[in-house]
Amino acid sequence: MTTTTSVDAPPVLKGKPRGSQPGRKAGVGRLAAILLAPSLLVLALVIAYPIVSAVRLSFIKTIDGIDPDSGLIVHKSSFSLANFTDIFRGDTGAAFVNAFWNTTSFTIVTVIIETTIGVCMALVMNKAFRGRGLVRASILVPWAIPTAISGLLWRWIFSADGIANDILGSKILWTTEGFQAWLAVVIADTWKTAPFIGLLVLAGLQVIPAEVYEAAKIDGASAWRTFWRITVPLVKPALVVAVLFRMLDVLRMFDLPFVLIGPQKKSTQTLSVLAYNEVSNLHFGPAAAYATVLFIYVAVVAYVFVRVLGADIVGRGVGRAR
Amino acid sequence: MSQQAAAAGTASNAAKTAEETGTAPVRRRRRASTPLYYVGIAIIVVYCLAPFYWMVVSALRRPSDQFSNSPIPDPFSLKNLTAAFSAGNGFGRSLVNSVIVAGFTTVITLILGISAAYALARLNFRGKGLVLALIIATSMFPGIAVVVPLLQLFTNIHWINTYQAMIVPSMSFALPLAIWLLTAFFRQMPFELEEAAQIDGATPAQAFRKVILPLAAPGVFTTAILVFIAAWNEFIIAVSVINKNEYKTANVIVSQFTGQYQFDQPFGTQMAAGVVVTIPLVIAVLLFQRRIVEGLTAGGVK
Repeated sequence: MTTTTSVDAPPVLKGKPRGSQPGRKAGVGRLAAILLAPSLLVLALVIAYPIVSAVRLSFIKTIDGIDPDSGLIVHKSSFSLANFTDIFRGDTGAAFVNAFWNTTSFTIVTVIIETTIGVCMALVMNKAFRGRGLVRASILVPWAIPTAISGLLWRWIFSADGIANDILGSKILWTTEGFQAWLAVVIADTWKTAPFIGLLVLAGLQVIPAEVYEAAKIDGASAWRTFWRITVPLVKPALVVAVLFRMLDVLRMFDLPFVLIGPQKKSTQTLSVLAYNEVSNLHFGPAAAYATVLFIYVAVVAYVFVRVLGADIVGRGVGRAR
Repeated sequence: MSQQAAAAGTASNAAKTAEETGTAPVRRRRRASTPLYYVGIAIIVVYCLAPFYWMVVSALRRPSDQFSNSPIPDPFSLKNLTAAFSAGNGFGRSLVNSVIVAGFTTVITLILGISAAYALARLNFRGKGLVLALIIATSMFPGIAVVVPLLQLFTNIHWINTYQAMIVPSMSFALPLAIWLLTAFFRQMPFELEEAAQIDGATPAQAFRKVILPLAAPGVFTTAILVFIAAWNEFIIAVSVINKNEYKTANVIVSQFTGQYQFDQPFGTQMAAGVVVTIPLVIAVLLFQRRIVEGLTAGGVK
């Protein structure tokens, strides 16, 4: 009898949800509501409100005209789809397509390069060695420098008489319109973020038990095969989340092309920069339309990653209820 | 900013590693004998530090040597540094502005974030998953989508050129980040802590204040550093809502330094100012690196 109870007792305790008494549960719910309310209120104010009003703004077309009676300049505002249809025609259409293409090409190219370099870095760092602290410290330096400052730094490196041209023995005008400006942004962004991907992947690598590698070695697997059959699948969850966050960051890229190349250069104008240019000319409607398109673009990419590739973002930080 | 959020995600993994390292390093060390790895390590360090080194070197040259590409400043000079702080630039004031904006953002965010994260990490209630998903989703919003409508609002309510015009929108990225990190830290503490407190007759609120919060201090500190760095590095909001030099943050003012002649970009001065803006962050990150390990391995019960 005593043995049965001692075996049964723990599961009963565990199976019973905490605070199962009705009074306690209601108390916990109320406490949770009180604790969450301020944060949710602030988020509603600084995120939900702007998003809703951006969408509203994007449907308002303002036309400056002269009132025939008084001869004064008046703004006429009306609800229309004009800001969105303008995206596809004329000069604004060309600017939008250009910015959309830049945003997309930056995202695809930088994320591929950064992931490749980051994984290589993680694989090197995963081997034990002396001076590990030094490497970790140096890897955090590019990440810690404000993007605007690193934009300036690379503008200096890529200046006409700068060190980049000196080392390459070239006379490239990096920050003028053209492919080289696009490339300069890709290089600067890769420098800044590849080490960080390396750090994230390293954390993923370190939880792979050494026994798995030993088993593979005993079975006579080659290093290449071990990498593709063991390392890649086991590090994939960490990698998918790292790639998703990088993609979302590049999609909204602003500081780097803005400071490194300049806001008016077509070669590196992203959707964020284009929207900024419009809003600084007080063209709120078109700016809001671009911002809305970018917002939807970001949402679609995030959705695809979570649903199709199974990026477990919620689960990683806090997830899996005990 | 989402990079930091991703870091928090891997934080729990890192904690596990730290615990397991009792046996693992011995095994690993044997594999690492080849000099090839040291070459790899050298490449990584050079890759990461060379551009930063170039910033420091360029800052320490004489302004007249600006275009010299020698790897060591010769002669060494602090003229760029003093030029950065010269009255016309407003750089000193902008550093104060950055501290004010990032400081207030961090404090407000932590106060809100701690209570929200406690609820999300340690209480069981309906709709928890949804709230979590919503908060994480908010951290994905592009900054420009927040800036465009807020700029119009701030123009109408005369908030342009004020600190609150930078602090309030900064919550849009700082708060989700703080909640995410803090929730991860709070979750790592053993649930026996509250059970013990409850057995001793404490209410959930008391258990939080007297037991959880003191023990979570290292995690809160780490979060504070990360949020401060994110707020310090913020650019798009600050460049949009401010047009008076007195209120510009350091990032914005440094990127807008003008030279003696209008089209002559004063790179030497900008690099010196960049070093001033960056050095505190580099120091903070090195401290944070130690902190996170402490915070994660700091056991609860026992």
